[in-house]
Amino acid sequence: MIPAIASRHSWFEATARRRVGGLLDAGSFAEILPPAESQPSPHLAQLDLPGAFDDGVVIGSGRLAGQSVLVAAQEGQFIGGAVGEIHGAKIVGLLRRAVREKPAAVLFLIDSGGVRLHEANAGLIAISEIMRAVLAARAAGVPVVALVGGSCGAFGGMGIVAKLCSAIIMSEEGRLALSGPEVIETVAGVEEFDAKDRALVWRVTGGKHRYLMGDCAALVEDEIAAFRDGVTAFLAGWTEPEPGLAGLRATQQRLEHRLAAYASYRDGLQVWAALGIAQPDDVPLLDRDSLVALKEGLPT
Amino acid sequence: MSLNDILDTLFPAGHAVAVANRVITGEAQTAQGPVAVLGTTDAAAIDHAMALALSGFVLDTVEQHPGRPLVFLVDTSGQALSRSQELLCLNGSLAHLASCVDLARRQGHPSLSLVTANAVSGGFLSFGLMADQAYALAEAQVRVMDLRAMARVTKIAHERLVELAGTSPIFAPGAENYVQMGGIAAIWPAPSAALLDEALSAVRQELGTGDQRQSVGLSRGGRQLAAGITERVLNAPLGA
Repeated sequence: MIPAIASRHSWFEATARRRVGGLLDAGSFAEILPPAESQPSPHLAQLDLPGAFDDGVVIGSGRLAGQSVLVAAQEGQFIGGAVGEIHGAKIVGLLRRAVREKPAAVLFLIDSGGVRLHEANAGLIAISEIMRAVLAARAAGVPVVALVGGSCGAFGGMGIVAKLCSAIIMSEEGRLALSGPEVIETVAGVEEFDAKDRALVWRVTGGKHRYLMGDCAALVEDEIAAFRDGVTAFLAGWTEPEPGLAGLRATQQRLEHRLAAYASYRDGLQVWAALGIAQPDDVPLLDRDSLVALKEGLPT
Repeated sequence: MSLNDILDTLFPAGHAVAVANRVITGEAQTAQGPVAVLGTTDAAAIDHAMALALSGFVLDTVEQHPGRPLVFLVDTSGQALSRSQELLCLNGSLAHLASCVDLARRQGHPSLSLVTANAVSGGFLSFGLMADQAYALAEAQVRVMDLRAMARVTKIAHERLVELAGTSPIFAPGAENYVQMGGIAAIWPAPSAALLDEALSAVRQELGTGDQRQSVGLSRGGRQLAAGITERVLNAPLGA
């Protein structure tokens, strides 16, 4: 057996617990509120739906390259990683704990469609609390890094949360957006967005597009080890800036400029051509390293 | 009630507010001095341009009027649903708006939002729910999704959802449910300068006390688990 092959583990296919285990230093993860000390959502039970003792999110502490970190990992296989009352409160607690303990980082393994409709009001308010708690952790000097590469991507309120983090590390398989393509198709019609056209969905919401546009900080292979290397490298070169007017002014200007330049486009192919990529049709075929090389020198 | 009627009632001492592309920006006089007035009208579906107009106005206020309170008027049907909007990462522009409101808070600007008609999911998250306190007019609609659509997506019978909505504030649309859950501070029977004055005093007094919505939701009986779970996570022994 070739060791390099034997050690490959897809992030996309792994469970939340498997991702955490492979991301952190071996054996360093200590779960907070493990299933034995927790309870499934009573709101799901009221609807005769099966719950999970961790309510779809694993939280705890551990080490990454020797440094202490806090980690939250959503389980996309449980109701699409959606945020309900308990699920949200665990994440809020972890982020508030980061303000107090000042770990080297909070790693946020997002795999979620957003609000859990069965607990819609609790979920929406919880996401608002997570938004403020992410910004509070960052204001306390703790980087919060989003890792997006699971089957549910980062959508709805969790798409907003991802963009509030210090950075997003993404794989090509990851997807990041606000409304899901299915929702847009249902409301606005199949001509607006054909959710079954997987290639189109990836050209609009996928990791390569977000990386070319500068909406995620790093693009990594769909491997747990690659996410580990990506987040370690990011943190090694990052000092969390104090929140301030200058930084947000710069973002404002960048977003306004981008909107003015690209507002009429409806497909990644069009934006990539406008970015100066000579062969936009080749982008979906490029491997990760070639795409990263292509991005060098492109404006965002 | 028209936006002008709402503005006249909230700010009898005067207001100078412009509306462009469903985005409200301007200033008004209150018993406590001038406030920035901003938000959306006509059930705006928030897109990049609207989010950036609001965030730009928040940044202008922080820069030019240190400490000036922010009064958000919320009437949003959610986020714009289009491929071109998602192509440019609409969640990123909404996050930027939320970050600007958060910066204003950190720099000492008290803020409150008043839902005048509709408050739905992404649009509500990006500014209404980022204010220190949210209020709603009595006839306001606050929701993630209406029950019929929710029944379709969750594959739970509509009748069953209607039945449960009568006893649980956890999922059903309604400003009153958000009050019980701690997401909305109070419902106003009608726009009122006196209630606005009270609310401004309240957010001034609570400036810097942090996000209290979990404990409010607990004390009102609507959200009975969240506060306790967060507390347990905060106090779980290190490395265990």
